[in-house]
Amino acid sequence: MYSVEVQHISKSYTVKKATTPALKDISFAVKKGELFGIIGPDGAGKTSLFRILTTLLLADEGTATVEGLDVVKAYKAIREQVGYMPGRFSLYQDLTVKENLDFFATIFNTSVEENYDLIKDIYVQIEPFRDRKAGKLSGGMKQKLALSCALIHRPKVLFLDEPTTGVDAVSRKEFWEMLKRLKEQGITILVSTPYMDEAEMCDRVALMQNGSILSIDTPQQIVASFAQTMLAVRSASMLQLLNKVRASSFVENAYPSGIYHHVILKQQATADQLQQELSAAAFADLEIKKGQPTIEDCFMQLMRI
Amino acid sequence: MLNEKIITVDHLTKRFAAFTAVDAITFDVYKGEIFGFLGANGAGKTTAMRMLCGLSMPTSGKATVAGFDVYTQNEQIKKNIGYMSQKFSLYEDLTVKENMQLYGGIYGKSNQFIKDKTAFILEQLHLKDEANKLVGSLPLGWKQKLAFSVAIFHEPEIVFLDEPTGGVDPVTRREFWMMIYEAAANGITIFVTTHYMDEAEYCNRVSIMVDGKVEALDTPAMLKQQYQSPTMDDVFLKLARKATRSGD
Ligand SMILES: Nc1ncnc2c1ncn2[C@@H]1O[C@H](COP(=O)(O)OP(=O)(O)OP(=O)(O)O)[C@@H](O)[C@H]1O
Ligand SMILES: [Mg+2]
Repeated sequence: MYSVEVQHISKSYTVKKATTPALKDISFAVKKGELFGIIGPDGAGKTSLFRILTTLLLADEGTATVEGLDVVKAYKAIREQVGYMPGRFSLYQDLTVKENLDFFATIFNTSVEENYDLIKDIYVQIEPFRDRKAGKLSGGMKQKLALSCALIHRPKVLFLDEPTTGVDAVSRKEFWEMLKRLKEQGITILVSTPYMDEAEMCDRVALMQNGSILSIDTPQQIVASFAQTMLAVRSASMLQLLNKVRASSFVENAYPSGIYHHVILKQQATADQLQQELSAAAFADLEIKKGQPTIEDCFMQLMRI
Repeated sequence: MLNEKIITVDHLTKRFAAFTAVDAITFDVYKGEIFGFLGANGAGKTTAMRMLCGLSMPTSGKATVAGFDVYTQNEQIKKNIGYMSQKFSLYEDLTVKENMQLYGGIYGKSNQFIKDKTAFILEQLHLKDEANKLVGSLPLGWKQKLAFSVAIFHEPEIVFLDEPTGGVDPVTRREFWMMIYEAAANGITIFVTTHYMDEAEYCNRVSIMVDGKVEALDTPAMLKQQYQSPTMDDVFLKLARKATRSGD
């Protein structure tokens, strides 16, 4: 049984006579209780898709249902069943933390007390600041409040548009633990993120680019289908090393990745060939090893095509 | 790296009513360095940065930036630094070109300087075709790269970047860091906050703020050794989990 079904959705925007397609014939389905990730660069169409599914935007073509309800005909019913956290802040800056939360609870005819268990994990982190105006919270604290507000009416489906942008590394981990618990309660979650390590925690991930879905798969399968040889290299002088590997005829792509540079070899090239080339250049403390591709590497590779 | 101090901070403090957002922080930043300014949400990074940029008056403590005092010389500071704020810092309803002209004008640069520099940046960012488009219509990653170029348009000694890569995709994020490296190679000191821990590895030195205080400051390699952690992510987790701060 599907919670979200999208069929042949297209949408374009016209600004000053110039028409840009934002979504091109998109189709996919999300199972009930699934944690479904959408990744893709800015402008890929993620936000337009979320806005259509939360009934805030009309598609030009195609149909979509959420919990079996049509996004055009049954928009009122859908709004009661979904929670939406937009990428840009949706909070009332002049209201305090507590007032914002109460406000969202009230419009959905519920109360903070009634659903406290659902938001507790995230909300406790900003609760000490409950009397502070939302406008005076730090960037990441605002995100936490916005998420609490999106959850307060216990939605069946949760749409989260880049919920962890600006959220610190510790809170991101806690946030994803919370998403897993929400999922266990049967809530369907669609989440977009620029953090590739988060994509790894989804049941399935859709990769979007230029208004199209390039692939949909489990994170395990995406990583397993990485076909090329990837090496991890480092030395005392990282920038020179990067320039050197980028200039090498054996290398298709190379980029920094934490303490190593990741190097994708060309089809026919071997690690030994690159090893010899780099050894000849006498880099201090040179280390070359086989790299373990992550979703981020797969994503970057897919984006090149 | 030259051992010349370009930012000195001594017990710098900022209070909002009874709440101490920045609590007596002390450190120096050296000329030409890429200085990572990390910390959990609400740790006080933006507040500290705004004081160093001459945009907000400290409650107590001392600080100089490019040799100027944050209390008495904030106008000189503003002229000698670039600042990219956490919220988007360009005018969305002006075109790419107009934004650059505006900033050049604010910093009193000559028309010739503005013209040459604009052409150079458009070329460097491959934005020539977008020169007359509204900034609001560009993808986030492009905006951020443009905002960085604009922040260093007047060739400042230091540039403060508050989460410049937040929400930016992995490819564009790396292009952004290439621009940072290049600016640093040209002698511009970089003061940058980020929540991406791989980016922490790219800094010469990193400080980590917890509850308004600087709890750790060293090279990424030394921090990992000190906290017996394989990655900066792990160092950060160990430090940031200590936070206990509560409200006003
Ligand atoms: N004008 C203000 N009035 C009251 N409190 C404020 C004000 N500005 C900031 N604060 C508080 O100071 C603390 C530090 O905020 P700051 O924005 O400096 O954090 P940050 O480290 O930049 O966090 P983030 O990573 O989320 O951007 C927060 O608790 C914030 O709510
Ligand atoms: Mg901040």
